[in-house]
This record gives sequence, structure tokens and C-alpha cells, in this order.
Amino acid sequence: MAQPTNFGFGEEQVMLRDSARKFFQDSLPVDKLHALVAADPDPHRPLVTQWAPELWQQMVDLGWTMLAVPERVGGMDLGAVAVAALCEESGRAAFPSPLLATANVSYILAAANSTAADAALEAIAGGAAATYAGIDSRGSWEYADTDVEVRDGKLSGTAYYVQDAQKVSQFLVKARNGAAVELYWVAADATGIALEIDAIVDLTRDQARVCFDGVTAELVATDAGAALHQAMPALWTMVAADMVGAAEWQLQTTVEYARVRKQFDRELGFFQAVKHPLVNVMLEIDQTKSLVYNAACALDSEPEAAARTAHMAKASASDMAAYASSRSVQFHGGIGFTWECYIHLYFKRQMHNQMLWGDAAYHRAKLADLVIGPVAA
Amino acid sequence: MSDAARKDTPEQAEFRQYCRDWLQDNLPPEPPVRLPLSPLEIMTEPQLHYLQDWQKKAYDAGLVGCDYPVDCGGGGRNDCQRVANAEIAAVRTPFFPNVIGLGMAAPTVFFHAREDKKRELLPRLLSGEDIWCQGFSEPGAGSDLASVQTFAERKGDKWIINGHKVWTSLAHFAEWMILLLRTDKSHKYDGLSYFVVPIRSELGKSITVRPLIKITGETGFNEVIFDNLEVDDAYRLDEVGKGWQVAMTTLAHERGAGELVTPRSGGRGKSAGKESGSVFGSSALVDLAKTSFRNGKTAADDAVIRDRIMQEMIREEGFKQSSRRARVQGLQDHPMRIPLQNKLLMTEITQDVAELATEIEGAAGSLYLADPNAPAGGRWPMAYMNSFGMTIAAGANEVQRNILGERVLGLPKSK
Repeated sequence: MAQPTNFGFGEEQVMLRDSARKFFQDSLPVDKLHALVAADPDPHRPLVTQWAPELWQQMVDLGWTMLAVPERVGGMDLGAVAVAALCEESGRAAFPSPLLATANVSYILAAANSTAADAALEAIAGGAAATYAGIDSRGSWEYADTDVEVRDGKLSGTAYYVQDAQKVSQFLVKARNGAAVELYWVAADATGIALEIDAIVDLTRDQARVCFDGVTAELVATDAGAALHQAMPALWTMVAADMVGAAEWQLQTTVEYARVRKQFDRELGFFQAVKHPLVNVMLEIDQTKSLVYNAACALDSEPEAAARTAHMAKASASDMAAYASSRSVQFHGGIGFTWECYIHLYFKRQMHNQMLWGDAAYHRAKLADLVIGPVAA
Repeated sequence: MSDAARKDTPEQAEFRQYCRDWLQDNLPPEPPVRLPLSPLEIMTEPQLHYLQDWQKKAYDAGLVGCDYPVDCGGGGRNDCQRVANAEIAAVRTPFFPNVIGLGMAAPTVFFHAREDKKRELLPRLLSGEDIWCQGFSEPGAGSDLASVQTFAERKGDKWIINGHKVWTSLAHFAEWMILLLRTDKSHKYDGLSYFVVPIRSELGKSITVRPLIKITGETGFNEVIFDNLEVDDAYRLDEVGKGWQVAMTTLAHERGAGELVTPRSGGRGKSAGKESGSVFGSSALVDLAKTSFRNGKTAADDAVIRDRIMQEMIREEGFKQSSRRARVQGLQDHPMRIPLQNKLLMTEITQDVAELATEIEGAAGSLYLADPNAPAGGRWPMAYMNSFGMTIAAGANEVQRNILGERVLGLPKSK
């Protein structure tokens, strides 16, 4: 299949993107965001997640969580490029919500392609927020690795690094059942589930270990690997979209500062030691943004290229975000080193994003396996 | 039917069909000699004559200079050069040799020369009979172009020119040069004036052309020394002191941002596609890594080399996708943001790919053109060295970064 030249990004997608940008700007501008999530700087503060559930409800009411749900089970068909645009805007606002987490689960469930998975997707189309509990204690991204087991038909064990676990009502759990690795759908408040909250750097997210002790859950996929193989490119693409939006905020905010802050009787941006790296940040953002929309478009219309293009997008995004972040703090000078300057919110969200679902080196290694072939034994 | 063809005016549609028919019957024969990679590297008379014959033939058929007025030797058409260019690009053709003439001198002469000089100079320029070169850079004026020191002193209706120009491609074949020089030493920008001057007829008299040897050991461009060259005032373009404004017309057309479309030739069929669709050659790196040994082992199995090849491949794909995104209104942040990145990215990716290739080759990367054992004929070390021509020329990339920072990000001007 071939991609449309315009990435499938037409008028409807532009309207969605513009209204999302306005929603995030109006409802949670960065000063309000800072007041909400960064009120307590103490690294040892109580592990309470700070977010605005009423804004999330508005996003659900706007239908935004239906965008990643297939049309056949009640979703909206604007394509993955529309979801990427939404994630880009959410990243631009460093918005705390289970938007990415829920989209991730939607893509995995859609790939699971079972009656039970479709029922779960209907719940998401109906407004449920969900997250994927599929990482083990060693932080493995590999499809077969999990520390959750199925014993006597019930889930036991622990899922690690579960994203936005306190903001969702459902978990999609990867669990080993003998030789098979399966996916299960379970309510977050089911009997036998306990959350151990992680103390994390990123103030705009929460993360937890989810402990299962003989939990009854719904089997939605008997072959987790197959579903994940198909769905993971979407997860990589959407987190990369979030990073592009966040980096553009970092760039514009730092540029604005470099235009007004004076040292040696000149605005900072006059100096090429500042100007050229800011241009380099822009170059990296543009490269990543183009790769993200290419990958999103591949999800819609060139599935055979989805993995290759998404590896490229996430590898590019992780390096780009590290650079955009470091320059944003460095060029803000002393004020950039303080808690009161808003840029740390983005710096920390980007650090989290860089790692999430594999960093740049991970994705380049996977890409090399696809393009060059595996290393000779 | 292509998108472009669908939007044709009746004149363009008719002309498109004409070009198509003509090209079908009139493609030039195979070259008698090996052609260089670009017009700027034409080295020998047989190469030049073959390419000049092609330009003349295309000119006589009306495919070159379509939009120039008839009395200037043009076709007198409306917005038809882009049509001819598209049709030429669709078939396999050699390139036109008079690139500096067509792309830079012709529009500058057209917009700034006296009427009688346009009629005198443009027909033989467009036909390719007169090759043109450009005298802008000097030993002391590179990125800071306005600091040129070549000087013209007025003597009645004549000007006496003395000075030194460098990096002058095609000067060894040129009849004419467009020349930016100084007529007033007390004003930097307003002290500049712009002339067209004869080259070939003055060789060995008031003009010396010497080849400059490139870092690769090849020739390709020259230095030109003026020793009391006498030029009639009629060959001055625009007013005395307006040289900088005239130079902006030249540079705008060089960047493809001028009013007149440059006639272009060089079909996609012939040299392109060698790298299976990869513009900068990053996919060639994969093949190279599979056949190269580093420290006795296959380079393609080295984790660091694999990682670096992927980095270049990602950059190349990003460049390609950005070009695609630049045409999608809804996915742009600033209209000039992607277009102004092109030169910078293209040249730096090309450079880094070539450099990585020499590393992939390991010990064999030391072998150069004349060595029968050199991988790929020694092409990669040469490509790497040659790549600096591109990162330096047409506005060094440091200048490109200033332009991006100032025009797109709105940062204060550095200078």
C-alpha cells in the first residue's frame, strides 16, 4: 500500500489539532500546570498524583479517546495522524492525563482482534481510561518478558513501570501462561490488585508497580506477541508525537528568552554560541516531526512499513528531546536551574519520554536488525 | 496526467505537448567521452563541446529561455520554462553546460543591463555558445561577500579594473563574467558596482585565469586576476553604487527564489537511482558494511557501526519526509522553516555519510583513486573531501544557521 502525499492530514485533522491546541492552552496554561503539579518541590513529598480529572472528562466528552478506537467498535476514523496531532498538542502543553496510556491500550486491543478485546475497546469508546501493564522488573521491552503469571486461571505477580496507573480504571496486563504469553483485561479496583506508587522525576505523569494476587481477569489475547508486534509501532509513534510538541514548546520558550535577556549589552540570541544550537534544535524537531507523521501515516496506509518508520521516529525523538531539553535549561542560565522556571516540567517529561518504550539506541538497534539483518553469530 | 499538467494554461498545455514530442525525437547521442558529475566540473574541450551542442539544439528548439523576450533571444512565452524543465527532467538528457549563465547571469543581465546589451549578450548566453562565469568571491571576501576589494576606476567612458577573484567555476571556458566589484572605498555596501566583463578575449593580456587545485587533487575552478582590464561603461549593470542590489538579484535566482525560472537539463534516468533511491547514499552504507572488514571482522556486525549507519539513514529519511511535509499546509510551523533548511541538511548529511563510509572501510579506507584495491574505486574518501565544497559554498553553513536563526526563529542579527 502507498501513503497519500499529504500524510492523510486534511481539513478534519487540522481542525482537531487546532481545537486541541486551544483546549490545552485555555484549560491548563503553563502557570496553572506548574501550580497544579509542582506545588511541592520536596523530592520526598507524599506520592500523590496531581492532575485535573475534570479536564480529562472533558477530553473524553469531546470524543478524543475514540480516535484510536477502530470504527467497527464505535471509534472515530480520522486516522493515526489525527491521534499523533492530538498527542503532539498534549505534549506541547505537558498535559497530565491518561491520553497516551489509553491510546496505547486501544492500539494493542485492536491488534488483539478478539471478541473480548472488542468488548474492551467498546468500554474505551464509552469513556473508560486504561493503561498497559506489560513491563517486567528489569525494564524489558521484549514481547515475551513479564513477571505476571497465570495460576489456576488467575493473575499473580507484578507489572512494573505502569504508566499513569492512578488515572485509569482498567489495566491491560501481559501475563505468562505456561509456554504462552497472553493479554488480560481487568478493572483497576478488582480484588487482589494493589498499587505501589513509584516516586518519579516526571511531574506530569504517575507510574506504579501493579501487584496481582490471584486476580480474576478477562483473557483478550492468547498470543500477546502477535498483538504487540502489530501494535507497538503505534505506541512508539504517539510518544514521539508527544515529544515533538513538548520540544517545540521548549524551543519557542527558549527563543523568546534569548530575544529579551541581555548580557554584555546584547540579547543572548545575538551570540552564535546560542543562536546556532537553537537552530540545531529546530532542525532536529523538524526531522522528528516529519518522521512522526510519516510513521503515523504508515500505520494507516502502509502497515508493512510501520515498524521501520516508527523505529526511526522514536529514535529521532529520543535524541532530539535530550538535546532540546539540555539547551532549554542551559540557555535560560541561572533561572533555568531553579524550580520556579517552568522549563523543568518539560525537561522532566522529556526525560521520561526518552526512555519510554525504548530509547534511541534501542530503536536504532531494532532498525538495524530490520535494515541490515541480524548480527552474524 | 500529472498534477502540474492538469493546471496548465492553454499555452502551457500546447507547449508541454510540443516539448514532449520534440524530446522524443531529439535526445542527444551517447557522449563520446566520460561526463563529469556536474557542469561545474567540466574539464576538457570534448566534454564541453558535447554539452554545448546539446544546449544549442535545445535552445534552437525553443526549450531554453522560453520566457525571455524574443528580441533578447528568448521564446517570448508566458511561464513556460517550468514546463520545459519538467518535460526535460522526465527523460534522460545530459545537463546544460552554461549553468552559471542560465541560472545567475541571464536574469541579472535581463533585469539590470542596458537594452542594447541585453540584445547583444543574452542570445549567445541562452544558446550556450558563450559560457559565463561569476566573479564574486575573493581571497578576502568569502561569506562576507560585501567586503570585495576588486576595484574599478573611472576613466571617461571606460573603467580600469584591478583585482583577484577566486573559486571561479568555468572561467577556463568562459567568454563573459558577471563581476561584483568596488567603485568606492569609503562605503561598504554602497561602494559596490556590478559589471559584465569579457574574459576569453582578454586572456594573456589584462586577465589571467589559473586553475585552483581542489583538496581532492582535481581541478574544477579557478582564480582570475585582473591587471588593468579596460571595460566600456556600457557594460555596467544598474547605477554606480548599486552593485549590492544587483547581486541580490543574482543570489535570489541562484537559490531558486528569483522571478525567472532557470532552464534546467539533466534527466533523472542517467546517473540517479544508482543508490536505489537514496539521495545521500546511506543505503549504500549498508552494502558497504556487509563487504568491508574492520579489525578483521565484517563491519556490518559491529554494533557501533550499525548504530551510526542507522543515524544517517534516519537523517536521510527525515530530510525526505520534511520535503514532503513542506508541501502540506496543515503541517507547517513557518513557511520558510523547511525550505531554508535544505542546503544545510543536504550538504551535512552528504558529508557525514561519506565520512562514515571511509570509517566503515577500515584499513582499506586509506586507499585512493589510483589504487586498484580501493573499495568503490576510492570514491568515498573523494566524496568526503569534495563534500566540503558544498558545506562551504553558496553561503557557508554557519551563515545558513544565522539565516535560519534570524528569519525563522526571529533571533537578533549577528552581523
